[in-house]
Amino acid sequence: MRRFFLVLALIMPMSAQAVEPDEILSDPILEARAREVSRQLRCVVCQNQDIDSSNAGVARDLRLLVRERLVAGDTNEDAIAFIQARYGDYVLLKPPFKPETYALWFTPPLLGLLALGIGGGILMGSRKRKKIADLSDDEEAEVARIFTSSSEGDHR
Amino acid sequence: MKRAVAIIPLVLAVIVGGFFLWGLNPNRDPSEIPSVLISQPAPSFILGPVPGLDVQGLSRENLLGNPTPVVVNVFASWCVPCRAEHAVLSALVERDGVRLFGINYKDQPVDAVNWLQNLGNPYERIGLDLSGRAGIEWGISGVPETFIVGGDGTVLYRYVGPIVGEEAVSTFRQALRQAGVLEERS
Amino acid sequence: MTPELGHFVLALALALALVQSTIPLFGAARGNLLWMRSARSTAFGQVVFVGLAFAALMRAFVVSDFTVLNVANNSHSLKPMIFKVAATWGSHEGSLLLWVFILTIFGAAVAAFGSNLPETLRARTLAMQAWISVGFLSFLLFTSNPFERVFPPPLDGADLNPLLQDIGLAMHPPLLYFGYVGFSIVFSFAAAALIEGRIDTAWARWVRPWTLAAWISLTAGIALGSWWAYYELGWGGWWFWDPVENVSFMPWLLGTALLHSAIVTEKRDAFKSWTILLAILTFSLSLLGTFVVRSGLLTSVHAFAVDPERGLYILGLLAISIGGSLALYAWRAPMMEGGGLFKPISREAGLLLNNLILATATGTVLFGTLYPLFLEAVSGDKISVGPPFFNGAFVPMMLPLVFVMGLGPFLSWKRADLVGVLQRVRFVVVLAVLATLAIWYFAKGGPVLAYLSILIALWLFFASLREWALRVRLFEVPLQESIRRARNLPRAAHGMTLAHAGVAVLMIGMIGSSVWKSEEIAFVEPGTSVNIAGFDVTFEGVQRVRGPNYIADQGTLRVERGGSFVTALKPERRSYPVAQSTTTESAIRSTLAGDLYASITEPSLDKAEESGAWTLRILYEPFVGLLWLGAAMLVIGGSLSLSDRRFRVGAPQSSKARSTKPVAAE
Repeated sequence: MRRFFLVLALIMPMSAQAVEPDEILSDPILEARAREVSRQLRCVVCQNQDIDSSNAGVARDLRLLVRERLVAGDTNEDAIAFIQARYGDYVLLKPPFKPETYALWFTPPLLGLLALGIGGGILMGSRKRKKIADLSDDEEAEVARIFTSSSEGDHR
Repeated sequence: MKRAVAIIPLVLAVIVGGFFLWGLNPNRDPSEIPSVLISQPAPSFILGPVPGLDVQGLSRENLLGNPTPVVVNVFASWCVPCRAEHAVLSALVERDGVRLFGINYKDQPVDAVNWLQNLGNPYERIGLDLSGRAGIEWGISGVPETFIVGGDGTVLYRYVGPIVGEEAVSTFRQALRQAGVLEERS
Repeated sequence: MTPELGHFVLALALALALVQSTIPLFGAARGNLLWMRSARSTAFGQVVFVGLAFAALMRAFVVSDFTVLNVANNSHSLKPMIFKVAATWGSHEGSLLLWVFILTIFGAAVAAFGSNLPETLRARTLAMQAWISVGFLSFLLFTSNPFERVFPPPLDGADLNPLLQDIGLAMHPPLLYFGYVGFSIVFSFAAAALIEGRIDTAWARWVRPWTLAAWISLTAGIALGSWWAYYELGWGGWWFWDPVENVSFMPWLLGTALLHSAIVTEKRDAFKSWTILLAILTFSLSLLGTFVVRSGLLTSVHAFAVDPERGLYILGLLAISIGGSLALYAWRAPMMEGGGLFKPISREAGLLLNNLILATATGTVLFGTLYPLFLEAVSGDKISVGPPFFNGAFVPMMLPLVFVMGLGPFLSWKRADLVGVLQRVRFVVVLAVLATLAIWYFAKGGPVLAYLSILIALWLFFASLREWALRVRLFEVPLQESIRRARNLPRAAHGMTLAHAGVAVLMIGMIGSSVWKSEEIAFVEPGTSVNIAGFDVTFEGVQRVRGPNYIADQGTLRVERGGSFVTALKPERRSYPVAQSTTTESAIRSTLAGDLYASITEPSLDKAEESGAWTLRILYEPFVGLLWLGAAMLVIGGSLSLSDRRFRVGAPQSSKARSTKPVAAE
């Protein structure tokens, strides 16, 4: 179902395919960098694809442009910035780190910290409540043993 | 405390739901990409004329120092919707006196000449963008696309896709009016 | 006539669902047994009626009844029969009908197999299930009638998107829906338990098999979708972090968490309100998936025909079901008592960590998927959140999870003997390190993170085997004794080992195919040879092949290694005249060591037209087969566990049930 819309897109200039042999640079290191850069740029006419794997005409133009910039001595970041200046943040599959995206970038680590805090809290709480345990460990184990099938193997 | 914690999932769900409701707004087009050019100077580009056509080429300089804002249209003969849009643009030029410049995007000159001879040429200048590089400078994602450029060369407005049909035409005319190209309708 | 009949029985099903959503609830509140038991017959009635409607729609597709709009839009008389059948669920309306059909199947299953549930719990669960039925049946009837006629009927259909005319993708939605919708039962159980105000180990026991069944289907569905993308799209990728993939992945992540937290609730009577919350959220995320795919809210590679009215209707359903259940949760959950206590080093603590990490990962994927929407609403800016973000945020969370996965099964409940456990896993660590070093030696290079991931995956793999070996006391006692022990081990134990090892296998497949993938792209003419990963691939030309509803250019590639013939690959470029589109059919030679993957496309440049050249793309993806093998292990492991006698026919084994229906115990 991917590329569903691609099929419908009327405004695509002539059909092309993802990276084609004539685009490939003779210098394998530069080419590898070009592929890396291409994978971080979103094809603007496709629904959700990087330009590296897109077969849209604009994507091909952008791939050629990226390679041209790299050959001219741009760093990967320069090449990405060049495209970004013309198409906006939307083309960056890796969102830029700036005030608008602080929430995006900080949320995963914050969620992680929160989870750690909750986990720690539960472990601490569980230790504190120890005193009011109504059954001793052995009794508890005995109950569990009776309760579960005797063939149960995980009560070593 | 326990109660306060138990209510958090509900609160979060309601917030997310609010965003969904906003997102379902029928006027919102999720695939629309805002242009970075708006309110920026037009990008620099120099395009030669289309061979076989008696019309001059187009470059950034032609967009500077115009008395009124002008329209820049990216088109191609292979682009089917462009054919429909052509009539709309021609009407704007003939009836409303809009100044129209063209960027002939990734087209074979022969095809472009034939196309314009068949349909008529509303463009004051046409630059041939064989490589599509000027198209990238303009940040276009396909053809047709239409820009309104202010007299000082500032990009005022961008329309993606063909200006065809009542709704699209009135949207674009509204933009022309705001730019001061067309008279405010009384 | 049949289509109208189908429409009519759908309306009947809605009427039954309305009855089932109220009467049993009153019955349970008043202790009226008859009212409570009415849920059983209405649940059966619903599945029969919706099944009939589904059959009617399928019939329309099978006989190519183009007077039905849905058929005219999505089928074609020349299409192979299997894809005519599959087109039943290819459209928005049809897939929704399938969705509801599966919903009623699960409802009927609870009615049929839930005979040992307490009357009130069963009645309330079925009533909750009926609420969901009401919502979706009315949605179907009022906004998305699959039986709408068209006049005048077209001579032939518009054909289904050729990309969808593929067996992998044809089976993908039913599996996925069985997963999504299967969680509805767990959701209904949770809501019913909240109404009852009581959650105990028995409840967790009833819920687990349903969770497991849904989880197995979802796993299979996601894997199938990923496999399809791999072979059909022509560049060998298998995961793209597209919103559509993410919305199927989130219920899977949370469902996995639920699967594990329910174990703690069952065995130790702990994590109760958390398990309930997970049950609610897992199904909520499934609903979210349905919503996102059908509302056009996010830009995604796939969406059904978008209609804001439909979007609003589903959002309303979401608000009622998710909002309602979470409100119920906020009201009732605080009354639940915390259960068994445990030490920081224990099975419970391990599962707690599992749940925290899975929940964090789910939250991250959810936030990343929806962030473009959030930002657009707040500031109007449009951004993309793509694979670099998800890989960067997700992978670091998974590594500790997988590490704990290896250790967890060794830990005993309540309080584990860490020193003892570490002694048991000593050799596992050594083995994993040695194997990683061996891979490093042979692979020569690659990012450090890849080796760290491999180390952790191997640790999980060997640790899972080691834990199993300990259970059967392999090599400690005579082999025969070990075999006897293995046979006496509950199937759930084998299932866990297999599933955990499956995750390790899957990881190695992921790492291998992304880090050591090699690719050659070339213009080829007959006779051209390309060398990749030790294979010599010679292009021998293309020939026209005619399919039922397509014409293909089939290329022939001779694959040799060291001069001797290995195989012939025949990738195709197909064009479907009716649907007016082309597809790339890749040819793959699969071995466990890696896949040789070839696809051809016509070059866009004029240069090629004159010479008859083609663009050949060959990939070598090491270990990618392990991805599907690992997924299969997850599914088989889950199924083994589901077939465990303690779960049989959803039968919870309370002491009472055991006395009436003895199970073999040694």
